[in-house]
Amino acid sequence: MSLFVEAFFLQAGYNATLVAIGAGVLGFAAGASGTFPFLRKRALISDAVAHATLPGIGLAFILMVTFGGDGRSLLGLIAGSALTAWTGLLLIEWISRRTRLTEDAAIGAILGTFFGAGIVFLTVIQGMSAGRQAGLEGFLLGSTAGMLFQDALLIAVGGSLAVLVTWLMRRPMTIVAFDSDYAMTLGYDVRRIDLLMMGLVLSVTVIGLKLVGLILIVAMLIIPAVAARFWTDRSTKMIWIAGCIGGASGYLGAVLSASAPAMPTGPIIVLVAAGIFVFSLLFAPDRGVLVTLFRHRGFQARVHRRQGLLALAAHHPIREAYTLRLLTREGLVRPDGVPTDAGRAQAAKIARDERRWDVAREIYQDTGLTGRYDGLTPIEDVFTADEIAELDHQLGPPVTARTE
Amino acid sequence: MSPTIKPAIVSDLGHAVGPARAPRDAALAIHGLTVSYSEKPAVFSVDAAFSTGEISAIVGPNGAGKSTLLKAALGVIPRLSGEVYVFGDTLRNARARIGYVPQSASVDWDFPTTVLDVVQMGLYRKLGLLGRLSGQGRAQALECLDRVGLADFANRQIGQISGGQRQRVFLARALAQDADLLLLDEPFAGVDAATERAIIGVLKLLRKDGKTVVAVHHDLATIRDYFDRILLVNVRRIAEGPVATTFTTENLQATFGGRLATTHLSELAIMDDGH
Amino acid sequence: MGAEFVQLSLIPVLIGILSAVACALPGNFLILRRQALIGDAISHVVLPGIVIAFLLTGVTSVAPMLLGAAGAALVAVGLIEVVKRLGGIEPGAAMGAIFTTMFAAGVLLLDRTDTSTVHLDVEHALMGNLESLVWLQAEGWHSLLDLAILATLPDELVRIATVCAIVVALTLVFWRWLKISTFDEGFAQALGIPAAGLGLGLVVTAAIAAVAAFDAVGSIIVIAMFICPPAAARLMTNRLEHQVAWSVAFATSSATLGYIFAGYGPLWFGSPAAVSASGMIASISGIILGLACLYGPQRSRVK
Repeated sequence: MSLFVEAFFLQAGYNATLVAIGAGVLGFAAGASGTFPFLRKRALISDAVAHATLPGIGLAFILMVTFGGDGRSLLGLIAGSALTAWTGLLLIEWISRRTRLTEDAAIGAILGTFFGAGIVFLTVIQGMSAGRQAGLEGFLLGSTAGMLFQDALLIAVGGSLAVLVTWLMRRPMTIVAFDSDYAMTLGYDVRRIDLLMMGLVLSVTVIGLKLVGLILIVAMLIIPAVAARFWTDRSTKMIWIAGCIGGASGYLGAVLSASAPAMPTGPIIVLVAAGIFVFSLLFAPDRGVLVTLFRHRGFQARVHRRQGLLALAAHHPIREAYTLRLLTREGLVRPDGVPTDAGRAQAAKIARDERRWDVAREIYQDTGLTGRYDGLTPIEDVFTADEIAELDHQLGPPVTARTE
Repeated sequence: MSPTIKPAIVSDLGHAVGPARAPRDAALAIHGLTVSYSEKPAVFSVDAAFSTGEISAIVGPNGAGKSTLLKAALGVIPRLSGEVYVFGDTLRNARARIGYVPQSASVDWDFPTTVLDVVQMGLYRKLGLLGRLSGQGRAQALECLDRVGLADFANRQIGQISGGQRQRVFLARALAQDADLLLLDEPFAGVDAATERAIIGVLKLLRKDGKTVVAVHHDLATIRDYFDRILLVNVRRIAEGPVATTFTTENLQATFGGRLATTHLSELAIMDDGH
Repeated sequence: MGAEFVQLSLIPVLIGILSAVACALPGNFLILRRQALIGDAISHVVLPGIVIAFLLTGVTSVAPMLLGAAGAALVAVGLIEVVKRLGGIEPGAAMGAIFTTMFAAGVLLLDRTDTSTVHLDVEHALMGNLESLVWLQAEGWHSLLDLAILATLPDELVRIATVCAIVVALTLVFWRWLKISTFDEGFAQALGIPAAGLGLGLVVTAAIAAVAAFDAVGSIIVIAMFICPPAAARLMTNRLEHQVAWSVAFATSSATLGYIFAGYGPLWFGSPAAVSASGMIASISGIILGLACLYGPQRSRVK
């Protein structure tokens, strides 16, 4: 535990500190730039982009070694991975635009093919004399062991840039994500904005490759955005919330893995993010699962209660067992379906409201009213007290039960 | 009942709550059906009974829950409450007697298959999992295609036919089901005049054979020509009965409210007089 | 091509072909249902499924692994549905959130478990190891007729052959149901066909194919096998029957050509070391898809 506290306050050594800060910044950048692809319903393109970096890493290594350089130069590897990922992105776009295949098929095809090609290059490198200790496999699942100051600097600079561009372009990206046809009529170049969105994802992916690896970076691009969706309905706010969730997951994950032996950083970061996601999914106010389920049950009960009272008012039997149980529990009917006095009173009130609606619908034939006659909206929500009094006046004296 | 209320819209509470027992002769009886997609009912406590041997329309404004009602009655979407009887039997037992024509926009027309193949899907229930599609089945499918005037198009890829032809293919598929009750979701939406004539011709022939037809319909101008009975809905049931007595200006006003242009209403009123 | 071919290459080629076919068959329906990315999700969750099965049983034998993978696929599909329906999240993002999480959990578990004694590590899980599946007991083609030697066939071949046979049988038996519920789910439901159960069955079948193909091609490249051959096949024809036949042909040729290029390709360039066969198979399937995108007779969308 004390190790955790030490790591949390960045007292657990130089490397652990670098990793924690790097992971935090990377998480923030990934969360923020993952927001718009998610809102555009294209979150999984980032999966293809990430997998499509692998052949670039391999190719860059081979080229650099062939020309006598150090194959492990981070900038070279990043340039290579960005190049193939961008190619993959353009191919996805081309396939779904030019052929009858849908975008999801194109994503899967590019993802699988590029990753396969990447594996081929990795085995080529293993066969090269310089490739024995290349350690390129680390790019699959990430490694924090050899994190250098320049690696952290790259993440800090690249990540800040990605967040800045996301923030600057938030309006056009919001419009394109919400309604691309409308954006087009406003004169936005939707294709370029889409490419920008994915370009941001791509840049976060390549700077994060070394730290968390190309498979798990996808999680950092998707999960914070999805989690943030539960807490706000506004896209600009979502950028910051997703960024904070991502940043917190990155930092906490790195700290956790530094405080226990043999805890791989990447998976821990993802699992922390997943924990925040699950918490949001269950407990978020308004959109959370628990609130939704609770509301749905309440709604269903309201429908059945209302239908049951309408049946009582019309002297019809209650057909459904659930309705009967509901009304019995409230003491409105006896278990054999005969209404109690309280039930009769409630039914009379509902019968009266139904008659009020009949009159009202004849008098107020405007559009604003038509959608409100849905059986559940109380008449008091739609009309003022004096309007209802007028309806009652037209109806004549109150009746307590329907005359046969 | 208060005398100040005109009888046209009023109602006993039978609007909301159905008769105590399902009429045995109804081909399709719906009781207290409520469906909702969110926190607002799309259909609330609707009762309806469609009699055998008639062509009935479900009519209402956009978003009034017409298609929802049909789909929930078929069990394609879940219902919040309510019961459905087909020829006095439960839906599960009566499945074989129901034919269904979904909205043509609801499927992927890029699917790799031919017109004849789609029509043969109507036979799948009868064939079960492993039953072989006999020459007789193929002949039956071709005959159904012929009834909708598409025999020459049997081997076309479905993506290559027009919207009206797609609707005819769906009708042919429902004919292949050889059902006693045919439910159609907007069969005339977006089709050309020739297709509309062909479809209504087929439906009227079905009526002659004693079959029951229920269609979601949106064109008020053709209701008198096409249908025997009408169910007016706008989330709730507004009115139901024979077209002659139920398709009135008052009921339409009650169903469509402010959404129905006054000019349109007066046109229909003129039709009322001429009838 | 004699004894050496039978010893070293016959089995990997057969396993490659059977894996590719077992994945391509459900893949046809996945792409037509716009669920290609379920293949992506499945291929990622196979790993945690297998790891958990190993942790529970302590062995890497067929039945627990298949069950583990199928179970993981079911859990993943269930969770995706929960996130989609109750959370109101669009399908792609729901999948992405669930499968990356499960994958991370799998990697963590695998990392913290001592699996050094068994054939299970992250690298193999990702990349596959087709080349190691040799049949050293064989002495030549006549060994195929020798029951005693046949009994020494690698378990992996028996496993994938069984799974491939099951997938073929399921595809044939449920052909009509799959076809109709893929084309028009509402109509299928109205006919009383259990469309939801069928969709779930398809995903589980795909998961079983994925885990059986796991040894050969690894968990990621399985995606290429799910999608590339059927997608290329879709661009060749407008009949489902023909599409499935084409996809089997493409799967077979990807596996065969991929294995040959991986084994002999480097020799042509004067390099003695072979490259990853599974990676090459995926690459070839991608090239076939690329050619289909450029020249397939039915490549363009109907206007």
